Amino acid sequence: MAFREYKIGSVMFGVALSLSMAITLVMPSYNIIAVGATATALDKQLTYGQVSGFSFHDPFLKGEGKPKKVLLKQDPMTGAPMESMYAYVFSADTPFPSGILHPQVLGKGVRELSIEQGKINDALTPGGAVFVVKEGEFEGKPYPYIENATATKGWKPDEVLKSAGDANTIYAGAGKQMFVREGCWWCHTLLPEQTQDFQVFGPPPLLGDFNGESPTAFGSDRKAPDLLHVGSRNSSKEWMMLHFFNPRLVQPHSIMPRFDYLWGETDANGDKINYDAWRKAYIEYRNGERVMPPDVPAYRSDSEIRYLIDFVLNLK
Amino acid sequence: MLQKYLFAKNEDIPAGTSSIFFAFSAIVWFVIGTGLGTFNAAKLGFPDWITGYQMFAFGKMRQVHVMAVIFGWISMAFASAMMYITPALGNTKLWSEKLGVWSCLNWNIGLAVGLITMWMGMTSGREYSDFIYPIDLIFLFFVLIPVSLNVWMTIAHRRTQGIYTTNWFFAASSFMFIIVLLVGNLPEYFHLTGLTEAYLTWWNAHNILGLWITPVAAAIAYYTIPKITGNPLYSHRIGHLHFWSIVIFYSTPAAHHLMSAPLPEWLKSFASVEGVLILVPAIAFVSNILLTMQGKWNMFVENIETRFTVTGVLLAIPLNMQGGFQQTRSINWYIHGTGWIVAHAHLALLGFSTFIEVAAVYYGMQTLMKRKLYSLALANFHFWMLLIGFSIYWISMTIAGLIQGAGKIYEVPYIDIVVAEHPYMIARWFGGTLVFLGNCVWLYNMYMTARVGTPLPAGRMAHELAYER
Repeated sequence: MAFREYKIGSVMFGVALSLSMAITLVMPSYNIIAVGATATALDKQLTYGQVSGFSFHDPFLKGEGKPKKVLLKQDPMTGAPMESMYAYVFSADTPFPSGILHPQVLGKGVRELSIEQGKINDALTPGGAVFVVKEGEFEGKPYPYIENATATKGWKPDEVLKSAGDANTIYAGAGKQMFVREGCWWCHTLLPEQTQDFQVFGPPPLLGDFNGESPTAFGSDRKAPDLLHVGSRNSSKEWMMLHFFNPRLVQPHSIMPRFDYLWGETDANGDKINYDAWRKAYIEYRNGERVMPPDVPAYRSDSEIRYLIDFVLNLK
Repeated sequence: MLQKYLFAKNEDIPAGTSSIFFAFSAIVWFVIGTGLGTFNAAKLGFPDWITGYQMFAFGKMRQVHVMAVIFGWISMAFASAMMYITPALGNTKLWSEKLGVWSCLNWNIGLAVGLITMWMGMTSGREYSDFIYPIDLIFLFFVLIPVSLNVWMTIAHRRTQGIYTTNWFFAASSFMFIIVLLVGNLPEYFHLTGLTEAYLTWWNAHNILGLWITPVAAAIAYYTIPKITGNPLYSHRIGHLHFWSIVIFYSTPAAHHLMSAPLPEWLKSFASVEGVLILVPAIAFVSNILLTMQGKWNMFVENIETRFTVTGVLLAIPLNMQGGFQQTRSINWYIHGTGWIVAHAHLALLGFSTFIEVAAVYYGMQTLMKRKLYSLALANFHFWMLLIGFSIYWISMTIAGLIQGAGKIYEVPYIDIVVAEHPYMIARWFGGTLVFLGNCVWLYNMYMTARVGTPLPAGRMAHELAYER
């Protein structure tokens, strides 16, 4: 080969590039993998499931194969009242998140507790499983950990879903899929910056808040407010509904696109939504020809907009 | 046209065929990419303009514009330049025209499939690696590696003793681009999560810019300016400095894109310092090209290819002054995530690298097709549309970014920022539209050059002939 005059140069090039990759890839990864998962990270990965964005479980990003987060107010097996708690329901064949499949991403304390006390290694995808997040102690220090309630308490996914009911089921896993697919993150970041942001938009995320979540969808361009804690400052489903259908209904100066198409063909009563008539009436309202804007149709409980609103309100 | 060459013997394919196909594909993708860009800008300026269609939602189209421009226009124009400059500098023929023609076909098909699937909503949710990973792998193995192999083998079979600066960059950048795409998409192949995913996303994004787009654009200027002006390169030593500082300094500051993320602090500080050191290759490159122009500055006015290239090089000055310092903690704190960054990205891609590539395509197509440019008037019109359109875009987005930054720091309610930057959103749409219209004219001009351009006599360069129109 005729690179022989350039032998030294080629070797130097290899050395330089390897050194650069050692510093920028290998060295940071020692720091990053040394970070243990926080309770937030456990909640996020159990809420969002294995991967948001494209995967062969959900190639068209329809929100399939995602877990559901439920608020339990009674014991799902006995029906006895108990202190309310969140559980994460993975119905049969729902892929488990990284923390269950590769517990090493959780960090030592969380991993040991999750395996020994939480029995996460007993969880099997074909039958599904129900997980909860618990507090435990490892080598004298407190850690959060994942408990496989199907193994420890015998909770079955279907029974937990039934016990919670639709009103207490949060489709935030499917909702994050909508968030990624609809490109919300092109304008709304999920990362408050090192500015007075922390006072307006809430505290910054911690080092261990991301273990097991993919993609993190931080976003890079802020054409709109940060959403990391949006559910804490606005928890109104009605406001969200109006705002997603047409942001100008609640914020006349907004440049956010309308997401009315996420309602689908029919509304909550099963009636066909007449989008053309709605838009016509809205233009009349905007032109001052009518006093009130047209009513926004109520969404179906299995519509994509429900997923997205659940995701947004779940960002606490 | 293309199928004639796909199954021909390699010896029967005329020299320059693959370069010509790449160039015309690149121009078409440029028209498509800037068209999508101006449509997106209109959606931001006039949010109620087209509604109710999932397909035309801003969030579905934004990344299609970015990827069409990076992988369609910029990278294909690079491939076109590589396919004719590499053999010219080795005093030889392209290693395989047939492989070049096939990679051009694969590239167009792969990119079309990738953009359509992404437009349908199939995305990885990772900026600058938005394509789903099967598309990334197809691009890597059926497009990028064949193109790179062609470059490397042409250099290996050269008939000159040394390797000229441009070809170091071509060989090294195509190699580094392969590594970057392989490593940058690891989170998608192996389901890496958390900060690893976030960091690798920006490692990939940074290095596509730093190890592929910036050095290859510079390498093209190292060819076109000495070739067209007839001046030898001012200094090969400065070229050495440029090359080695790109490899060392430009490959390391990826973390400066995530200054507000909870990454290791040493990594952010290191990235920030290395980011300032990007000024070393930048100053080396700009000074080398501008000093090469000594005594031939009349060509900056008189010659369209020189004017495009030198304008691109001059735009590299504000680009690198911004790039070197905006990623330091104090400045990043103010402008991160604002329109300033959008303006900076367009300065790099639509300013610096596009102007240099446009020149490479103008020059290469006239040389390879042995035809004089159809119309100088249309080429001048194209230049001014690009420059004025880009300037309007860049200035308006920079102002919008400063407004956003101030709003961010002083805790202005967000909607007031939206109201304040709205006029600049409309200005950006107007600037982008000028660029799009200029490119439509360019496509027509190049098509007419291929059809009815004045034939070049053997041994003469295009700019030595007077224009007929």
